[in-house]
Amino acid sequence: MSTMTNFVAWIDKRYPMTQVWNEHLAQYYAPKNFNFWYFFGSLAILMLVLQIGTGVWLAMSYKPDAELAFGSIEYIMRDVEWGWLIRYMHSTGASFFFLAIYLHMFRGLLYGSYREPRELLWIIGVLIYLAMMATAFFGYLLPWGQMSYWGAQVIINLFSAIPVIGPDLGVWIRGDYVISDVTLNRFFALHFLLPFILAALVFIHIVALHKVGSNNPDGIEIKQGPKGNRWSPDAPADGIPFHPYYTVKDIFGIGVFLFLFAAVIFFAPEMGGFFIEYPNFVPADPLKTPEHIAPVWYFTPFYAILRAVPAVAGSAFPGVLAMVLAIVVLFFLPWLDRSPVKSVRYKGPIFKGMLWMFVVVFIVLGYLGTQPSSPFMTLLAQICTILYFVFFLAMPWYSKIDKTKPVPERLTP
Amino acid sequence: MKKLITILLLAAVPLLGHAAGPAIKLDKAHVDLRDQASLQRGAQLFVNYCMGCHSIQYQRYNRMARDLGMTEDEVRENLMFNPDHRIGDTMTIAMPKEHAERWFGTTPPDLSVITRARGSDWLYTFLRTFYVDESRPFGANNAAFPDVGMPNVFWHYQGEQRATFGGSEDNPVLESLTIVPGTGSMSSEKFDDAMRDLTAFLTYVGDPIKVERERLGIWVLLFIAFFTVLAYLLKKDYFKDVH
Repeated sequence: MSTMTNFVAWIDKRYPMTQVWNEHLAQYYAPKNFNFWYFFGSLAILMLVLQIGTGVWLAMSYKPDAELAFGSIEYIMRDVEWGWLIRYMHSTGASFFFLAIYLHMFRGLLYGSYREPRELLWIIGVLIYLAMMATAFFGYLLPWGQMSYWGAQVIINLFSAIPVIGPDLGVWIRGDYVISDVTLNRFFALHFLLPFILAALVFIHIVALHKVGSNNPDGIEIKQGPKGNRWSPDAPADGIPFHPYYTVKDIFGIGVFLFLFAAVIFFAPEMGGFFIEYPNFVPADPLKTPEHIAPVWYFTPFYAILRAVPAVAGSAFPGVLAMVLAIVVLFFLPWLDRSPVKSVRYKGPIFKGMLWMFVVVFIVLGYLGTQPSSPFMTLLAQICTILYFVFFLAMPWYSKIDKTKPVPERLTP
Repeated sequence: MKKLITILLLAAVPLLGHAAGPAIKLDKAHVDLRDQASLQRGAQLFVNYCMGCHSIQYQRYNRMARDLGMTEDEVRENLMFNPDHRIGDTMTIAMPKEHAERWFGTTPPDLSVITRARGSDWLYTFLRTFYVDESRPFGANNAAFPDVGMPNVFWHYQGEQRATFGGSEDNPVLESLTIVPGTGSMSSEKFDDAMRDLTAFLTYVGDPIKVERERLGIWVLLFIAFFTVLAYLLKKDYFKDVH
């Protein structure tokens, strides 16, 4: 035996290295018909790793201090070797991470990847999404610009709008009566902690995925189909080993994604004010409220829902509730869909129409969230908010009566 | 039907975007960050006219020398007026904040990233739209920044600019700005060029790596494109036998 095989044998006796490699890569059989939408899971992992990597390096030069934070970012941008690249990778990375996740979630909607037996997989995914939102929210305060400050102000005020406990809760989150140095310090601590919780959730997400196996654009369970392929007589006939097939394919996807990512970093790091908002180049000033406060694009659909709901008896709580429900409803999706088929390919015209309506509504809400409100915009946001909830809450009904197409026995290429 | 309605709604969205905007139309600055002569002239204007009150506290003298194609001695002799400053220092000012507050009613902001916050076009417009307004403490107002606390420092170059107002008495609307002939030492075109230089300099200061970043970016994209083509060919080869 060579030294290498000896070494692997030595490890395997003490740690299931080869076993893990086989079970999760070389002998993990994924459906052979993954399409474009299946790139975004691995791309999201790539973004998580990039965000943690660039984040740790930023933390080496960043100062979580109300007096120094703004200047320390400029110090990173100007005086730290390659600091500008690391910072732009991180700020652009946040947006690309959300982009990948939104497309990943949309894939789930398209092909019914939340349906039995993948309910838990989906729920863990929604938890990952929540952890991402929290991480992004904490991180956005750190540059200590005007939008950082006032954006955080708006979001913490949401908690303050909760009846009875709200005001105290707001003080508890801030650690002060206004957002101040103490808030910045704790947000930095939490922004550093949460990505590791996120990584743990991603690990659990993958464990759950590998237990039930990957769904596919046809929504057919390959494990229930015929057995036997070129690699193993017991493996699903329509499965191919994840490694090397999908590792090679994902590397190609990573290439395309990184091309777009680099194009933004090197040529449009603010992305027209969508990735880095222009008012954030003004240091936070507790005495000067910006004319128009808008969160970054990945939060704007929910911000639009928040603003669309009118205040009741002077309390913004109903809006807060609507916004929270807009996310909470995602947890129930596996039980809202009553269609006999999983994939949109075999679903009927009603579901397809509703799904595309939902996409349009989500994008319109996202746009409205970036804009100052006006009576017409508010009306539009209200219509979209209702349609957003109709998509989910009417699903048990329309998914059941919809005319579906017969699902083939085997995967279609 | 629902689809149709939403498509119509979506189509209406872009029409709404123009509801809010700047009070006046911004003129295009057309700065060229690769024109080092323009940036140098802008730096000269900045240290002579702006740096009495406005710092660019994140910009270092030696970095400016390097990026703008000057030697450190040239910067020391022509652009550094504070005897306490050394070439590696940042371009701060001597005026204490408390004094500034007392003299101007507000602290003149640091201008390191002003073009990133407001945009180059805004700055270019701002610099050229000061006009005579006796009601203001320094006798000047600004069309891009109404009731600005800053005096018109370039009046002797541009000349006296007068504003004509329309609208009602309660709600005057600025209609036009005209320069009183013979009051300024620069022609209108020359003054615009000077302000373009100054805007270019502050645009450079806002993001000093920009030119280098875009130069590098081309090579990065070419590399990734090449890598992606190879990755695609590899993927295609592997998937040959998947049917």
